[in-house]
Amino acid sequence: MVSARSVSVGPGSLGYTDLPWIIQHREDRCTLCGRCTAVCPKEAIYLAYRRQRMPKLDVLKQSRGNEYRTFVGIRQKTNMANACIGCSMCTMVCPNEAIMPVPNTNEHRTLFFHNQKGQPQTRGGRRNVSGPNLLDRIMFDRISMLTDPALDAGRHEFSLTTTLGRVLAPEEFLKRQREGGWIPPTREIFPFIIGSMSFGALSPNMWLGLLQGVAYCNEVLKIPVVMCTGEGGCPPWVLRSPYLKYIILQIASGYFGWDEIIRAIPHMQCDPAAIEIKYGQGAKPGDGGLLMWFKVSKLIARLRGVPEGVDLPSPPVHQTLYSIEESVMKMIQTMSTAFGHKVPVYPKISASTSAKSVLNNLVRNPYAGGLLIDGIDGGTGAAYNVSMDATGHPIASNVRECYLDLVAQGKQNEIPIFAAGGIGKNGNVTQNGLALIMLGASGVHMGKYIMQSVAGCLGNEKSRCNVCNVGICPKGITSQNPKLYRRLDPDLVAERVSEVFMAIATETKKIMAPLGRSQSLPVGMSDALGISDKDAADRLGIRYVC
Amino acid sequence: MCRLALKTANEHFSPYEVLTAMEAMQEGYDGSGLGLLLRGLHFEDYKYNTKHPVLSGIAHTEAALQRLNTLMEQRGFELKYDHEFQTHPEMIEAKDRYRYFLRVYKMPAAFDGKSQDAIDNELMLTRLTLRANGEAHEKDLTVFSFWPDVAMIKEIGWPLDIGNALTLHDNRVTSRVCMAQGRQNTNYGINLYACHPFFIQGVATMTNGENTAFVPIRDWLLGKHFPGYTGYQSDSEVFAHILHYTLKQLKLPLQAYKHIITPLKNAELDAHPQGQFLKGLRDACRRLIIDGPNAVIGTLPDETCLLVMDHKKMRPATVGGRNGAWAIASEMCGVEALIPDRDPSFDFQPMREHTIIVPPDRKELTIWSQLDPYPLAQVA
Repeated sequence: MVSARSVSVGPGSLGYTDLPWIIQHREDRCTLCGRCTAVCPKEAIYLAYRRQRMPKLDVLKQSRGNEYRTFVGIRQKTNMANACIGCSMCTMVCPNEAIMPVPNTNEHRTLFFHNQKGQPQTRGGRRNVSGPNLLDRIMFDRISMLTDPALDAGRHEFSLTTTLGRVLAPEEFLKRQREGGWIPPTREIFPFIIGSMSFGALSPNMWLGLLQGVAYCNEVLKIPVVMCTGEGGCPPWVLRSPYLKYIILQIASGYFGWDEIIRAIPHMQCDPAAIEIKYGQGAKPGDGGLLMWFKVSKLIARLRGVPEGVDLPSPPVHQTLYSIEESVMKMIQTMSTAFGHKVPVYPKISASTSAKSVLNNLVRNPYAGGLLIDGIDGGTGAAYNVSMDATGHPIASNVRECYLDLVAQGKQNEIPIFAAGGIGKNGNVTQNGLALIMLGASGVHMGKYIMQSVAGCLGNEKSRCNVCNVGICPKGITSQNPKLYRRLDPDLVAERVSEVFMAIATETKKIMAPLGRSQSLPVGMSDALGISDKDAADRLGIRYVC
Repeated sequence: MCRLALKTANEHFSPYEVLTAMEAMQEGYDGSGLGLLLRGLHFEDYKYNTKHPVLSGIAHTEAALQRLNTLMEQRGFELKYDHEFQTHPEMIEAKDRYRYFLRVYKMPAAFDGKSQDAIDNELMLTRLTLRANGEAHEKDLTVFSFWPDVAMIKEIGWPLDIGNALTLHDNRVTSRVCMAQGRQNTNYGINLYACHPFFIQGVATMTNGENTAFVPIRDWLLGKHFPGYTGYQSDSEVFAHILHYTLKQLKLPLQAYKHIITPLKNAELDAHPQGQFLKGLRDACRRLIIDGPNAVIGTLPDETCLLVMDHKKMRPATVGGRNGAWAIASEMCGVEALIPDRDPSFDFQPMREHTIIVPPDRKELTIWSQLDPYPLAQVA
């Protein structure tokens, strides 16, 4: 017998039903091969030995007794550090369907213990709000039918590109053309852009796979996809390669990787697609980038010019700048000058009620090539949970407001607005993107959706996985540990990139064709949008339908 | 579906001829309205000086006409001639038509010495003031145009019936150019202003098809804060305004219109001798790209006529004629009805890259292709 007093139950003691995910293990199927325990990124499961009583009743002898055996099988740890994250890698590697994590349908008490040792919860992923979001509920309801025939998405020619970079007013363009003045650089790009995910946040294999896929989209499929580096520089061989033209180089408040970039400028075979200056991020407004020490490998340390194995928290603002005028005007002009005024430079900010003031500043800055607004549903590789869940502004109304502000000034063609934050959160990537485009965005950036669709990222908005911050990504997408990232085959990632963009291109046509649009991306075509939510319709200035 | 007919000829002709051509195309339209624009005017009972602006419209009440008189006097315009249509009101569907007016005014003395642009603006603002005045008085005054040598009529009903109701066959008013369109804009509700052709400062267009990119284009034009860029009861009104913007504001040649509303594809621009410039023009005017299907027929103050197709070319339009007389119509039978004595084997249906220009001398057509070099020295 075990004495009741010897059972130690403290305030932080948890049982299986307190955890978000409960491991179901079938002893009858398990062959004890050990693959599940080996693969588990959290070491949440272990091989357990239990003494098991087997009641024995001998009817003939009319005697009762017990026999004992040793149970050998998989059990789950119940401490916070090793709580199962539901990634299901154990299920995927099990040859015999013996194990799987099951979501705890009861409320789980780990919510109250994400503050071990005084540390609030940090994680990767997105705001933990699941279900259809506002973008998912927008319908394209202005169908060309009898007033004019709908187009054939399969047979018509479509123009699906958008402009990245500042565009002059027609009068000014002609004046400068006559006088030989500077005409700001622009790029014709596919409106769905792979958003900023750094070399560091992503594993080398993931990054390579993305780049291969992007190059294939451009050079073989003729879909002019571009991708953004995020803060953390760019591998030197890429900087000196002809693929640089598909890459938007990001500079953020930590300036990581920019020594390497500046040194490479004289050796560049082509100009980068653009320069993105990150001032804010939708997932964690007011926070700088964060690469936790787990992920600062030798390679990353070299690329970023920092010691190995230290946390790399970028400051929340660019330290040399103290005002919007400084940040926006001078920094943009400096970056533009660095690349000979041949590369569009634009800032990225988090969606916020103050977005319009940034925008209006950009309107007056001749070097500003656009504005990227990142909404609250954007993803991140590492942030405090509270920042992710509670801080920020949804993208739709923010983009709409900014677009209408430009419309009032007649400047909507001059400063393209790009939108990010939750595009494809529920898989409806083209629908979400086109909804934002018709609300006024010139294009959209997608990060998390790309990780999910091209590399099989397991994270979701119900607290599944989301351990990108600690470098234990079970798929090898966001890890710098070669043992993990070798699981990810760059060729397969590249193949998925091309599949994803081919599908987005087709779906874009399938949305544009019934609206009778084919010759230009329907930026600001808000008359095509409807939503069955009166308040949202009023706020966005689109049709209420029911 | 809209039916469009335009005739341009060296000799003055009656607008009724064009209405007859509309009748030839009747199978294709709903006959819900008529819009007429006459240019190169001739009045049987008045020797018209083509420098004098003509005010066209409808006074729906006597009070509206009186207000019109007062407003014109206040602005210093002196009435020279008031054309009275011989009307048969019983043949008109609408009952609130007090008076159709075509009035010739003399410019105010204050205009002497003003630049042409300033005068053009004054004329436009006068039209807009009258229009606003009507709209402020339960729409009892409708004004279609106020411009030298241009007259317009718009009405609801079957086109030929309207012609009969206004006795347009009496040759009292004739013209060298006549545009007609046979439909009210039933897409957005009945409104006289929504009927083609649309007119701004001498530039007029009419269109068939639907412009699906209407809202973004309208938003952009409104953002120019040019007083004439207003109205937009019809998605086709933007075609006239884009043409006006191209010619009058940007001061580009007519060929630029096609490059603005339907730019070439990237691959085509790469191969074009002025591709770099045209890419820049496309980017700068990106919000003006139309997304038809549309065929746009237009006329300019110098009596140049034009026809352009949208990029998809899903709307028909044919041009045909002979030295001295040309017709553009949405149907071949329309061209046949307008100029039967031509060689039909020379009729031409433009493709997506073409702009058809009938120059003021009306000797021969120009078929200009977007792929041809662009006629502006500055881009060389």
